[in-house]
This record gives sequence, structure tokens and C-alpha cells, in this order.
Amino acid sequence: MVSAMIDLDRYIDAVLRRRWLVVVVATLAMLGMTAGARFIGVTNDYRSLFSEDDPQLAALEALEDTYSVSHTALIAIAPREGSVFTRETLGAVEELTEAAWRTPYSNRVDSLTNYSHSEAFGDDLVVAPLVVGAQSKSDEELARIEEVALSAPQVAGRLVAHDGRVAGMAINVVLPENSDPAVVELTDYLNTLLDQARKSHPDIDYYLTGDAVIHRVFADATKDDMENLSPIVFLLIVVMAAALLRSAYATLAVVVTLMFTINTTLGFAGWIGTVFSPVNAGVPIIVMTVAVADSIHIVTAALAGMSRGLGRNEAIAESLRSNTWPVFLTSVTTAIAFLSLNASDSPPFHVLGNLVAFGVICALVYSMTLLPALLSILPLRAPRARADRPGFFDRFATFVIARRTFLLWFVALSAVVLVMGILRIELTDNWTEYFDDRYAFRRDTDFVIENLTGMESLEYSLNAGREGGITDPGYLREVDAFAEWFRGQPEVTHVQAFPDIMKRLNKNMHGDDPAFYRLPADPELAAQYLLLYEFSLPFGRDLNDRIDIAKSATRMTVVMRSLSAQQQRDLDARGLAWLRANAPGLATPATGVSIVFSHLSQRNIHSMLRSTIVAMGLISFILIWFLKSLRLGLVSLVPNFIPAAMSFGLWGYLVGQVGLAGSVMTAIAFGLIVDDTTHFLSKYQKARREGLLPPEAVRSTFRTVGQALWTTTVVLAAGFLVYSASGFEVSWALGLMVTITIVFAIAADFLLLPPLLMAIDRRKS
Amino acid sequence: MRRIHAYPVRLLLLAPCLILLSWLGTPLLAHSATPEEIGLKIATDTSARGDGFGNFTATQAMVLRNKQGQESRRQLRVKVLEVAGDGDKSLMVFDEPRDVKGTALLTHGHKQEADDQWLYLPALKRVKRISSSNKSGSFMGSEFSYEDLSTPEVEKYTYRYLRDEPCGDLTCTVCERFPVDKKASGYSRQVVWQDKDELRTWKVEYYDRKDAHLKTLTIGKYQQYLDQYWRAGEMNMVNHLTGKSTVLTWADYQFRTKIRERDFSKTGLKRAR
Repeated sequence: MVSAMIDLDRYIDAVLRRRWLVVVVATLAMLGMTAGARFIGVTNDYRSLFSEDDPQLAALEALEDTYSVSHTALIAIAPREGSVFTRETLGAVEELTEAAWRTPYSNRVDSLTNYSHSEAFGDDLVVAPLVVGAQSKSDEELARIEEVALSAPQVAGRLVAHDGRVAGMAINVVLPENSDPAVVELTDYLNTLLDQARKSHPDIDYYLTGDAVIHRVFADATKDDMENLSPIVFLLIVVMAAALLRSAYATLAVVVTLMFTINTTLGFAGWIGTVFSPVNAGVPIIVMTVAVADSIHIVTAALAGMSRGLGRNEAIAESLRSNTWPVFLTSVTTAIAFLSLNASDSPPFHVLGNLVAFGVICALVYSMTLLPALLSILPLRAPRARADRPGFFDRFATFVIARRTFLLWFVALSAVVLVMGILRIELTDNWTEYFDDRYAFRRDTDFVIENLTGMESLEYSLNAGREGGITDPGYLREVDAFAEWFRGQPEVTHVQAFPDIMKRLNKNMHGDDPAFYRLPADPELAAQYLLLYEFSLPFGRDLNDRIDIAKSATRMTVVMRSLSAQQQRDLDARGLAWLRANAPGLATPATGVSIVFSHLSQRNIHSMLRSTIVAMGLISFILIWFLKSLRLGLVSLVPNFIPAAMSFGLWGYLVGQVGLAGSVMTAIAFGLIVDDTTHFLSKYQKARREGLLPPEAVRSTFRTVGQALWTTTVVLAAGFLVYSASGFEVSWALGLMVTITIVFAIAADFLLLPPLLMAIDRRKS
Repeated sequence: MRRIHAYPVRLLLLAPCLILLSWLGTPLLAHSATPEEIGLKIATDTSARGDGFGNFTATQAMVLRNKQGQESRRQLRVKVLEVAGDGDKSLMVFDEPRDVKGTALLTHGHKQEADDQWLYLPALKRVKRISSSNKSGSFMGSEFSYEDLSTPEVEKYTYRYLRDEPCGDLTCTVCERFPVDKKASGYSRQVVWQDKDELRTWKVEYYDRKDAHLKTLTIGKYQQYLDQYWRAGEMNMVNHLTGKSTVLTWADYQFRTKIRERDFSKTGLKRAR
């Protein structure tokens, strides 16, 4: 320890003597790193949220490969007044359908007008688009179209609202391996298309949603957060640093150090080829917020030393001597906490954790090199000593010491009540609600859900067990019963199932006699009906999105109302239970985008739980080792653990639902709040070693670190509060939860920890 | 002396050009032919060279593959009858999948208007007319459409010659063809590679309505029958968008068999086995 101190002195001396060299080397290093920033990418693939071995995603991809479907863009067409079954609106739908075929990467367009309607015509089967040449239709023909559309299960509730006021169009796109430019291309095409449609039909509103479109919003939100929120946080930090330090040069030194840290971190991100997504778009914000603490601690202490009459370099040296260890320690613990995000099942969090950890270490290095050199170069002067602040923390200490028993009980009780709120937490991730209504995507999605069809669906690939088995009467009956069961569930708005096609064909083949709207009984006849129907379908309208190539399985789509993840999983489980009981040969869980998302939080919390505990344990051990006191180390657990639990509880009372953010919140918040506890306990311990009684030691601690802890808390809380202004659900929830946790942490450090220390130390003595 | 030596060399160089010119025919000599005229000429020559086969029978085996690696087979027999002055008539009888065994598809091709098609359903013992005029829908779930399988009638497309390029050991002409009836086709255009020697088609690229390259057909294992008619042994269609593919193998070609015109009628269809 002594030799370490001498080495530290020698180091400080070297930095201050070669201060210009230090600045030049640091600048060159920063510039070299920053050059990498141009390699930073932004993804618009929402599937980047999932790990490659996510079993739900694998099941979804298998379904997509089998039925050549992947992403859907859904357009809703809503006349301002009245029904869609008019010459004008149907004409508009027809026009749009034609143009939709030219959507890049599309392989299928399903709309109200191109629905392949089949009917008997004499002895023949006539299959034709439902609407051709809408403009020249008579009123009787329009009425006939309306009747057909509203009674066809493939159409009503999907391609036209049950009340006939909104028409729909689903464009299936198959995205290539490198989907990013493809998504931009296709969303640009669709937006241009709809803008033209709006111009030529001013009385019709158009809405665009679907998981092909959310990709684009993903990229937009990433850019919004990085470009809009980061500068705000930066300005906020500059203003707060200036207000606190009350020295232009000191602020300049802090800001320059911060810019070096940010540039180096983002440059590093570029060199390693980082691709940002909304989940980790907050990296610059978090790095700034977390990294500024080191330099503030060092600069504050240096200025304090100068106020006490020390020379500039002496004050800087003293500040480094007293802060190197705590700053090093808090940086390491914060880095450990962020590195624990690598255990998350969601890859973007690995990026977040690793880059923030890098940024934290980077801030430590610059604070130990660039910062003292800058402080030494700049004509720094000590600000006038302020009389009010130490006085405030003195009075505050008096209050805490006097009311310690009350505070202990009050805070403990409040904590218990708050923590109970955790029981009200519901885990859910809902892709339709990931973005708030500043994004057109969300507004359009809400309209479609309210007026046309649900956006959440369960997808089933129901296997008949043998090639050609899908026309077996037994198979058809079971699938039909399954579809009927789903239609009876209150959560379900629409079911698309293959037996409906067979029933309709059977009716068509019997001269459209409604009595024959039932499943054909002869498997060969059914297979031949199907073959006939398939020969009648034009390009892009085939059944390959519903039937696999071996005709051994069909796809069934169950559209749900907006449900929470838990409710979706429940419905899936009930579906599986129904299959096991009634059609065990078909038993399979559901898949689909909704199901993949509905398992996201659970999987993440599961994967994060252990690593968060490991990180917390490791950090606690470091604290025990640093404080060289098992007792204080154990006491530190209380203010370190409780704030996260309290904010989850408060969240449970106020919001209730939490998604992906909930899985990483504890690890992130823990890494931040442990710093305050570390500072508080180390100063308290120092005071006790100097022979002060517990109450006096508490007073001394408040006096020395109260101001610094308060400041870093305000900076952290403000930074994360700005982060919560993001339009992306995961980011705003994370920002807000961390903010709340930081506030609870300062409350615990100021109101709970001192009474606890006094109570324990009294019992001991 | 030198000039005398040089002359035959130049002549040799000229020879391939002359052969090319004569092959492209008189329009080119009369005035410089447009790419459209050259394209049409190639199509007309191809059609003419295929004329006169009378009839043939063959079997087709299709293996469908999806992106998952799943496979499925289709097996059918084909009879084709040449019709003077109109499109060919064809009869396809399905042997596999088992459920549709005995189902038969009769097509009366036409030079200009849409083809007529009927399907015989053995389980119903009835013939049903197929109403769609669009022949580029999926053929039995495969990546082929009926349009891709049938011999293209010259009149149903307009043409444009693009370039010559080597294909394997041969030299191919590369031409585009555009459907005359846009509604009847799923494609905006096709690009066709044909060797110059025998006018066999080796490759076709299909572009969909948004002019994206949707599918590629490669054709191989050609054999010549009756010393004149080339027929492919294998056709491989790959869908670039979906990653699905279908390999079609032709076998048992027989020309000028004893099949009769009335086999290719609605009543004959019922007897097809």
C-alpha cells in the first residue's frame, strides 16, 4: 500500500510535469479512435432483439421458410364517410392493389378486390378476383360484392371490416439476408404510393402498418434518440457542471474530458463494427451521464484544495491522491455491472453493456491523465467559498441523527409497502406498442386495430402426418374444429383456416348449394377439387402460403385482440391443451411474431437473473475487500439492493407492465448506485477510524461527500430522465426506472444508511 | 507480295460475319435490322425448326424443394399433339401424388387468344373447365407455372435481341420477350438464352411485375429425336425470392406415336388414364 502510494505520487508528478505531452498523446489517441466512428451502423431489423438460438424465433423462421411468408405490410383504406362498397373506394382499392404488386420484395398481395372468389357457373368452377373494374359496377353488383365480402371468412374481419367501413390489403414481402436497404426501399415505395393515393382520393384515408414497416421505425427511432436526445443530455451536463463548479475553466476541463470519452467510445464502437438499434441507441447518453462523475469528483476536490489556499498543482495532486482509489473502484464496479448485460438473451444489450463499460474505463483513464493535465494548463482559480451548502448538509445531518429511529422505521416501512407493488408487475412485450404515437406507425397501427383487424396473431402449422394428408376428411374435421374452437374464444377476432377453402369448393362443386357448405367426405375428391382450384389461381394468388409443398401441413392464422404477453401465452397454452385433448396428432404450440415477442421478457429476465446476482455478489465482495470490513460490506447491501426493488414496486403500482427494460434495469441501476454507497461508507469508516462516535462520523460524512453525492445523483437522474423521453418503449421505461431507482438510492443513502450505521454500531459498542 | 498473302486471312475473318448475317436473314441485309426484328426472327426460326414433329409422349417427374429442405414429388405423363395453324394440344395425366392419380389436364393452346383448359376429376367422373386466363400461377405447388412448361407461341410475345454471349461451349443469343397480354402473364419480361447452332433454350430469367428477377430456369441434357427435334432432359427452376426450387426431369420421349386427335377432346379426356 505504501509503495503504491509512492508510485501514485510519482505518477501524479510525471503527469503534471509533462502535461503538454499528456494532452498531445491523449488527443492523438482520441482522434485515432474517433476515426472509427464512420463505421457505426444502424439496424432496422427488429429481429436483432432476439438471440440466434431463441427457440420461438427458430420456430417462426421454420414456418416462414415452409410457407414462403416472412413480413407483412398492412394497408387500411378508410373512406371518410360511409362504406367501402362504392365505385370510388373499390376503384381506389383496385388501383392500389395493382400498384402494390410492384412493392419491392413482395411475393403476394391480398386485398378486398383481388380476393379469389370462386363460384359455380353451370357445371364449371369460376375463380375470379372479387372486384374487376369497380368504376363501371352497377348498384346491384356492388351489393352483391358487399354480400360476398362480408360473408367470406377469408375476407371479413381481415380484408374488410365487419361493418364495411374500412378495407384492408396485406402485402407479403420476403426480405433478403441483408434486410436493411431492402426495408428502406420497400417502405419508401409504400409511403410514396400512399401519398399519391391520398392526392388522387382526398376523401379516403390510408394507414400503413405491419411488421415489415416496424423495421423502418426501428431505424428512425434509433436515429432520433442518438441525434436528438444525446445533445440535450450533453448540454444539461455542461450547465449542471458549470452551476456546481462555478468555474468556467474547471467546466471546460470537465466538458473536454467528457467529449474525449464520448468520441473515443463511439469511435471504438465503429472500429469493432457496432450496429446500433433502439435498444442501445442510449449508449452515448448513458456513457456521458456515468462518465462525468469521475471528473466531477476530481475537479471538485481540486477546487476545494485551492480554496483552502493550496497551489494549483498541489491541489490537483492532492485531489488525485484522495480520489484515485474511490474513482478506480467505482469505475470497476460500474463496469462489472454493465458487463453483466452480456448474459442477456437479447444481443443489443451486450452492445449496450460492453460499450458503456468501455466508456466508464475510458472516462477513468482520461480523468487520470487528460483531466489533471488540462487543469494544470488552464488558468484555474478557486471559486469563492459558498457558505450555504455545507451548512445545509450540517443541518441535514442534525435532522438525520435526531430522528434516526423514526427514519429507520419510516423508510423501512415505506420500502416494504413499495416492494409489495412488485406483485402487480406484469411482464409484457408487445411489438405494436413499442413506439409511442409520435411515430405514424403507432397511430396507424392503433387505427387498424380499432377499425379493421387485430395485429397480433398466433400462427399454426398443422401437420397431417403424411404427404397429401391435408385433404383427409379426418384431418380437415380436426383443423376445422380447432378453428371453430378459436372462433369461440373471446380474445380472438379472426381465424383463417384451410378447411374453409374446402367447404367453399364443395359448395361451388354442388352448384353453389349452401347445404353443401361443408367438408367433402371423400379424400380423393377433396384433393381433386383442390387441384382444380389451384389450376384456377393466377400468379401470386396461389395457396403456397397456406399449404406446404408436400400437401402434408396447412397454416392456420388466429388473429387476436390486443393482449398482454401473458394473455397471449395463456391462449397459446389453451390452444395446445385443446389440441392434446381433441386432436393429439396435430398438437403443436403456436408461433408467429407475437409469440416470439411474448416470450422475450421472460427469457431475458431468466438469463439476466443469474448474471445480475453474480455481478451484485462480485461487487459486494469488492466492497468488503475495499472497506476491509465484512460488517460494513454487508450493511452496504441494504442501500444497494433495496432501491431497485422499491422502484419495481412503484412501477407495479403506477404502470403495471414492464418489458425488456425490466430485465436489465437492476444490473444497470446497481452499477450506478453502488458508487454513492461506496463513497458514503468509505468516508464514514475514515471518520470512525479517526475516533469519531457514530453520530459525529455521520455528520462528518455528510459534510465531506453530501454535496458530491447530491450532484452526481442529480446529473445521473437528469441524464436518465432525458433518456426516458425516447419514443421507444424499452428506452423510456429503462430511463424512467433507472431515474426512479437513483432517486430511491440517494434517499436510502441519506435517510436509511446513516440510521442503520448508528443502530448497528451502537449495538456493537 | 504481302497484300496477296493478307487477302485470304481477311477473307477468313469475314466468313463468320457472313454466316451470322445470312443466319439473321434478309431483313438485316435489306436494312440494318432493329433489335426487335432480330428477336422476332429468332423466335420465328425457333418455332419453325420445331414444326412438323406430329406428336410425342413423355413422362415428367418433378421434385419440389422448399427453403426448409423439405421435398415432394410429382409424377405425370404428357402427350402433345401438333396442330397446324394453331397452338399445340396437350394432355397431362397425373400419377403422383396418389390422391390425384388419374386426374388429367387438357390444354388447347392458341396462337393469340388465351388457351383453353379442362381438368378431368376421376373421383367425380366429370370434366371441369378451368376459368382462369392467367397461366402463370403455380403448377401443382411447384415453381413452374403452366406458362413456363408450355412451348411459347410466337404471337404471344414481343421480342428484343440484346446480345450474343458464350454459354458453355456454345454461343448464345440473349433476347428479351414481353407478354402481349399483360393481364394473362405474371411476368413483365423474360430473358432467354438460346444457342445459335440449334436454337435450344438453355436458360430463362423471369422478371415479375415489379421487374425484379424472380426466377431462373436452367435447361440441360438435351437429346435430339427424329434427327431434328431437340428435347430437354432436365429443367431446374429456382425462385430467388422464396428460396424454393423445382427440378423437372423428362424421360421416355416417343415421337409420332399412335395417339389420335380425339384423345385431345373433352370426351377423350375422360378416357385418359
